Amino acid sequence: MELIISIIYYCLVGFVSALLIYNLIKTKEWQKELLTIIVLIPFLLRLFMLK
Amino acid sequence: MTPTIRKVVFSLLGLVLLVLSGISFYESRRLQEPVVVSDGVSKVVKLSTYFSPLEGTANDCNLYFFEGKEPGATFFVLGGTHPEEPAGRLAAWIFAENAVLEKGRLIVALSANRSGTTVTRVGGAYPPDFTIPTAWGGQTFRLGDRWSNPLDQWPDPEVYIHCPSGQELAYVDIRNLNRCWPGRPNGTLTEKTTYAFMEMIRKEQVDLVIDLHEAELQYPVINTIVAHEKGEELATMISMTLTDVEGFKMGMEFSPKNLHGLSHREIGDHSQAISLLFEAPEPFLDATRGRTTREQMLTGKDDFVVKAGKHGLLFEKIDENGWPIDIRVGRHTSAVLQTMVSWTEAHPDRPMVCDSVPKYADVVAKGTGAFLHAPAQARRDRLYHE
Repeated sequence: MELIISIIYYCLVGFVSALLIYNLIKTKEWQKELLTIIVLIPFLLRLFMLK
Repeated sequence: MTPTIRKVVFSLLGLVLLVLSGISFYESRRLQEPVVVSDGVSKVVKLSTYFSPLEGTANDCNLYFFEGKEPGATFFVLGGTHPEEPAGRLAAWIFAENAVLEKGRLIVALSANRSGTTVTRVGGAYPPDFTIPTAWGGQTFRLGDRWSNPLDQWPDPEVYIHCPSGQELAYVDIRNLNRCWPGRPNGTLTEKTTYAFMEMIRKEQVDLVIDLHEAELQYPVINTIVAHEKGEELATMISMTLTDVEGFKMGMEFSPKNLHGLSHREIGDHSQAISLLFEAPEPFLDATRGRTTREQMLTGKDDFVVKAGKHGLLFEKIDENGWPIDIRVGRHTSAVLQTMVSWTEAHPDRPMVCDSVPKYADVVAKGTGAFLHAPAQARRDRLYHE
């Protein structure tokens, strides 16, 4: 059960990371670009199982 | 600057931050802590020896066995139940590196919840590690947290229902080693860990278990021994002797019968062993502390906690001298040694006699680092890692 929940969790983290990267590419405001990068870091750390 | 170049620059900046923080987290989780075991150590085994499903997990910790020259009682000293209470871990470390047993058997764990040593308090701005100064340069330890690492055990439930009592506890305590005794063979990693310890306690016929802790000054259970009813007389003797002879105050409290999951309750209830828990003061844990730094943890000095004391909010005194780590470690080494003396007086047919471990006054005078040995100069067969 824990394994299934973990797989779902990491899929969600990956999905949100992909959305953030998509927003980074699409946005034209530098403030939003910077914000997206900062928000993305903990998601990627989770994805790589570093935190 | 075009938007594309700007995005690339920001992305590179983010990548640098990602790599730097990633390296910090990776190294913190995998920091090797050397243990130069005493010549008194007869064998070192993994906890999974007693419960094979733990093999290969983060909590498959080392158990250090000391065999006395003469038979006697068997004691088990638990360090690292709560890794963020490092005096307990360091006192156990001093035993592992220095103890020589004359009579009886001693088993020592330095990282009872090894998973908990690999993470720090989320949002707590804890330092990842700390260094004890030594004559050979210093030894670095993982600071750790109160709970198992969520990377090793998750998700947490809405409510943690303790087994076998059925008592409802805080959800996060399902990762708290000292809320998961006596454990379950088919439970979470933390429950499996306590189950493995229980198996070891039963199979090795352990007579007495000592669980070493530290507590915030705003917590009423501090500078005390918490004793299962099987160890009340013994704990009373230890408390009185320490207070009279060693020069520091040590209280004694009864383990509540209706508070479940704690070592001082469940080990005594579910095995032949007497269970005791020792608490030392650690201002680092106080909610009213100032900056959460390595220095604060090691010196135990904190102006905000002192101020809380002036407002009558503490259960233990603190002044500008703080509660340095050497005082906290020395309290634990003396308390364990005194337990052996008091036990032997009460059970002369099953004695427990240990040499070469420093008492409170020695640790305070020379420092904890004086009793840690240089791994670079150690024989390979005496060097282990936590």
